[in-house]
Amino acid sequence: MSGLSLRKLVKTYDKTEVLHGIDLEVEDGEFIVLVGPSGCGKSTTLRMIAGLEEVSSGVIEIGGRVVNNLEPKHRDIAMVFQNYAIYPHMSVRKNIGFGLRASSAPKAEKEARIQEVAGQLDMLDLLDRKPSQLSGGQRQRVAIGRAMVRNPAVFLFDEPLSNLDAQLRTQMRLEIKKLHQRVGATILFVTHDQVEAMTLADRIVIMKDGHIQQVGTPSEVYHTPANMFVAQFIGAPAMNMIAGEALENGDISLESGGRIAVDAAPGAGRKLVLGVRPEDLSTGAEKPILTGKVALREPLGHETLIYLETPAGEVIAKADGRRPPEIGAMVELGAAPENLHLFDADTGATLR
Amino acid sequence: MAATDDIRASSATLLEGGTPKRPANMGQYLRWALLFGGGILMVMPIAYMISTSLKWPHEVYNLKLIPEEPTIENYTYVLEDGRFFLWFFNSIVIALLTTLCNVIFDSLVGYTLCKFRFPGRYIVFIAILSTLMIPTEMLVIPWYLMSQQFGWLDSYWGIMFPGLMTAFGTFLMKQFFETVPDDFIEAARIDGLNELQIWWVVAMPLVKPALAALAIFVFLGNWTAFIWPLIVTNSVEMYTLPVGLASFGDEADVAWELIMTGAAISTIPTLIVFLIFQRFIIRGVVMAGLKG
Repeated sequence: MSGLSLRKLVKTYDKTEVLHGIDLEVEDGEFIVLVGPSGCGKSTTLRMIAGLEEVSSGVIEIGGRVVNNLEPKHRDIAMVFQNYAIYPHMSVRKNIGFGLRASSAPKAEKEARIQEVAGQLDMLDLLDRKPSQLSGGQRQRVAIGRAMVRNPAVFLFDEPLSNLDAQLRTQMRLEIKKLHQRVGATILFVTHDQVEAMTLADRIVIMKDGHIQQVGTPSEVYHTPANMFVAQFIGAPAMNMIAGEALENGDISLESGGRIAVDAAPGAGRKLVLGVRPEDLSTGAEKPILTGKVALREPLGHETLIYLETPAGEVIAKADGRRPPEIGAMVELGAAPENLHLFDADTGATLR
Repeated sequence: MAATDDIRASSATLLEGGTPKRPANMGQYLRWALLFGGGILMVMPIAYMISTSLKWPHEVYNLKLIPEEPTIENYTYVLEDGRFFLWFFNSIVIALLTTLCNVIFDSLVGYTLCKFRFPGRYIVFIAILSTLMIPTEMLVIPWYLMSQQFGWLDSYWGIMFPGLMTAFGTFLMKQFFETVPDDFIEAARIDGLNELQIWWVVAMPLVKPALAALAIFVFLGNWTAFIWPLIVTNSVEMYTLPVGLASFGDEADVAWELIMTGAAISTIPTLIVFLIFQRFIIRGVVMAGLKG
């Protein structure tokens, strides 16, 4: 049992509260990604779990044991830092073995463990090198190896892929996912990149301004966002947001005077926001809801993103990759009813 | 065809010509002259030191650089005089011990001030720095009274204690520890090292250049220290090399040729230290933004 549980976790710096009561239950072996914009408190949460920041109030439990007042080394965790934190004056072998320094195991056992981890990370032939002789991806693997060697209950990753270039990041993402499948450890992973969050997580925790906005599987947060913030944060390009007012027949009247037939807007006269993802909004739909003029095209190969000027403002939609509409053309856009999201304009809460 | 040939010919001349040499202008000559003058100024005292050490006593006040009758008599005299080796030994012991203490204590304090957050940290740092503003001459009397009361006069400890930790060294080390990322320290903390182990195993190896620079500054400073060892020592056996050398001669006359001989020999350890560590000195000075 090496799950993790956060209860009413609060962090204050002087008089400023930056985390406002975080509640989270993590199952044993689960891969949780904390995601959110800069300053949302995700790294602070991770550092509190690691014991690098003091807990202002609330409880942290690791493997059923309250660890609030334990030193980092007694919490049975390992952490991988954004800039690797591998020691330049030590070889890969020493870096990986660093986590075992405090252990009383015999030397041969430690060496065997280093070999095992290096084997899992495919680094056996690099053990005698210094970090300066390694590539960025290899350094990151050493950092992961150092975390693995102690076999901790929980792995904490603090934006570990941010310093890598795009290609390497994709590759390392895959490796971390494979590693999780093989080792089966509990992982808490912090990132500001929603693609990383979607691809890696069993469950995603989306944070903003020190509050959890939603906890759910990648599919849940994508298809049924809890509020406008989650809807816009997850998915790229971001969800189109169209402000309007509900009409009696369930349609929406736009601020600019147009009207969108959605058949389901609740409560006549209510101010609301219609959200629809660019990938759900396409040309040539059966029942168009919006007409716009193509202002810009972004060819992505298999599809083309088109930016349109509509009565509802600028809207992004998806078009065919081979024959996208010309710039200046008027096109009709439609979306399946289940892909239309409605939010309360004042609170941002999801209505549908 | 003719046109292409022309082009080829011209590009060939360009290629063969290489980069044209720019003639040295007046500014450059002036700079060289200044540097040359500066170099001469720096070298002259050393040249005179060696020259004087090779002269007979009657020739000392003759300022010619080349001695008329060069002799190594002075070297034989100094090296055969047992006191010289005693002073040399005293100086070596004092300089090495002081250097070792500075490397350890300055970096411990510098590390603490740099990497730990505690109330009053800034005040402590300013207090340490402010001691740099007090000249040694002002401190000599309190030091002496202290040594007298504690019975440290005329002992190694008496000579060493004021310099076992320096504000300059603490400042230098604090600046260098700023370059050690906090992640390194936090990672080690998670991996189970205690704070002293983190300092020694993780932080210290990463500031080796600073330690080397500090070691050189402290070693040279103590090797050449004169005023304090002169005041605190009474017996000839406790003299350090500079104090001992100054005592050559008698009340009527100063034996310059012997002093210069001793000085010439005593530069050897500093020269060795400098040659080994010179690449660190420049980095240390640049980093601290201070003159040693």
